[in-house]
Amino acid sequence: MGNVISCFLPGTEFDRAAQGLLGAAARLASACQVPHVALAACVSDTMTEALERHADRVVCIRSGLLSNDHPESCLAAFHAACASLDAQTVLLGQDARSQEMTPRLGYRLGGCSIGDAQSIDMTDGGLSVRRSVYGGKAVAVVRASRTPAVVWIRARAFEPAAERSDSVQTEILDVEISDGIAATQVTGRQEESRTGVRLEDAPVIVSGGRGLGGPEPFEELKKLAGVMKAEVAASRAACDAGWVPPGLQVGQTGKKVAPELYLAIAISGASQHLMGITDARVIAAINTDAEAPIFRHCQFGLVDDWKNVVGPLTERIASLLQ
Amino acid sequence: MKILVCLKQIPDPEVAPRDFRLDENNLIADPASAGLVTNIFCENALETALQLKEAAGGEITVLTFGPAEAEDVLRKALAVRADHAVHVINPGLLHPGSSGAACVLSAAIRKLGSFDLLMFGREAGDWGEGQTAGLVAEHLGLPFVAFVDSLQTTESGLHIVGQTDSGREELTAAGPVVVSITNSDANVPRIPKTRDIMMAHRRDITTWSLEDIDLTEDLVREAAGSVEVTELFIPEKDTTCEFITGDSADERIDAFARRIVDVIGSI
Repeated sequence: MGNVISCFLPGTEFDRAAQGLLGAAARLASACQVPHVALAACVSDTMTEALERHADRVVCIRSGLLSNDHPESCLAAFHAACASLDAQTVLLGQDARSQEMTPRLGYRLGGCSIGDAQSIDMTDGGLSVRRSVYGGKAVAVVRASRTPAVVWIRARAFEPAAERSDSVQTEILDVEISDGIAATQVTGRQEESRTGVRLEDAPVIVSGGRGLGGPEPFEELKKLAGVMKAEVAASRAACDAGWVPPGLQVGQTGKKVAPELYLAIAISGASQHLMGITDARVIAAINTDAEAPIFRHCQFGLVDDWKNVVGPLTERIASLLQ
Repeated sequence: MKILVCLKQIPDPEVAPRDFRLDENNLIADPASAGLVTNIFCENALETALQLKEAAGGEITVLTFGPAEAEDVLRKALAVRADHAVHVINPGLLHPGSSGAACVLSAAIRKLGSFDLLMFGREAGDWGEGQTAGLVAEHLGLPFVAFVDSLQTTESGLHIVGQTDSGREELTAAGPVVVSITNSDANVPRIPKTRDIMMAHRRDITTWSLEDIDLTEDLVREAAGSVEVTELFIPEKDTTCEFITGDSADERIDAFARRIVDVIGSI
């Protein structure tokens, strides 16, 4: 039957995404009655200890050439490890490197690859993946016809795994890598300057759109976000207009977020935008147009002009939260 | 520098959900319900290629795999001054998927000869998996970098800047490399000049069948068969928006604030 393997690439930390990936792998393994092996390389001791509390086996790849600076060697190492671990299903997270690696790993393992899974199930015919297509307007179910299936999942949207009562001992796997080391090499990294948490990890997001009409209203949204302990985001229209930096963009051409609460202010809800918020638990909106598509995705909404609402709403929430 | 840019034609992602329909027998979007456009990320890739050519010289070949109508994406690319265009005709495979497309594109690329840089869009606006570029890299045995938003030639090879989860990453590639391009401020697609649009209609497009690139329908079907689409449906909306009501604006804002605070309190 093989193993369900969850992959944690160099530098991965025990954040919400890692927890979701462990949860998805643990549940799939349990449904298939096979072991869940957490496979990691170049991660911190804290991360290793967390994996030891959540997986049936933890395997750390060791290789002199392996580091986060050599994407090709990283792929070669995970390929060698997955091949030696009898992989039935290989799950990766949503981070850029995992997305980059998924198709290549599937190809090298002689299986198949699927991206952007919103749910995964084992059926008689093989692994079945549900995913959003056509800009979120439709949902497709695709089945892996070849094993191993290598799949990257929207990790933050998956429930975390329960902790084990005991802890397993990490095994070290020595891997020889010979090819492709110098084909590409990372020569520098810049961290985006930001004050709060990353949008992808934010539990609460306040987002503004075209209807705000300019950059100044975002200052008001920041105050509201402040009292809600939320991060500020924006639609493509607001970013394209230069009102806020492109890094705040949520949607198909921006970030895909998974907050507990997404408050959309003066955002009509083009499918491009909705594509980025399908994993939000609760969506609420303030918009002058009761027919705006965003309301079709909201749990609750307020039909009003943001200009009349944001100031008093900020005060009201501040006093309620005191 | 020899640059290849792969382009994909997709149903217009901007079509309104109320107009969007599915062909439920074939498990695809109903071709009548949306116009066809070039995938936006492919256009970002072409724009990046054009800028690189302007800075460092070279020539750009654009390649697509699709039905006869897909010629349109090549004409548009020629109108912004791509140098050569190649069309591999899809004989009617409904679900080539990333695996089938990668099999076809890499066979065409082998026939075209070697390139210094092979560019793809980050993902397509229809099935949106972002798998094809990585698979082509594997077929051709080349290194791959995803989410790239700028490229420069240097003495030691290509200088590549990619977007990561927390910022940006700079890489160098000494030899040929496959990249997938994401959108950035710098690669907003240019608008072609009217004269160039007219000229583009007179340009030659190399048209190949699968047999011309040493493939058959069965071989592509076999590659595509690594995954199978079993269902496709328009999701029922299970959320009904509760519009907050009240006699005065103050009352409505108070009620809305309480709902927000309830959700925050449940986290």
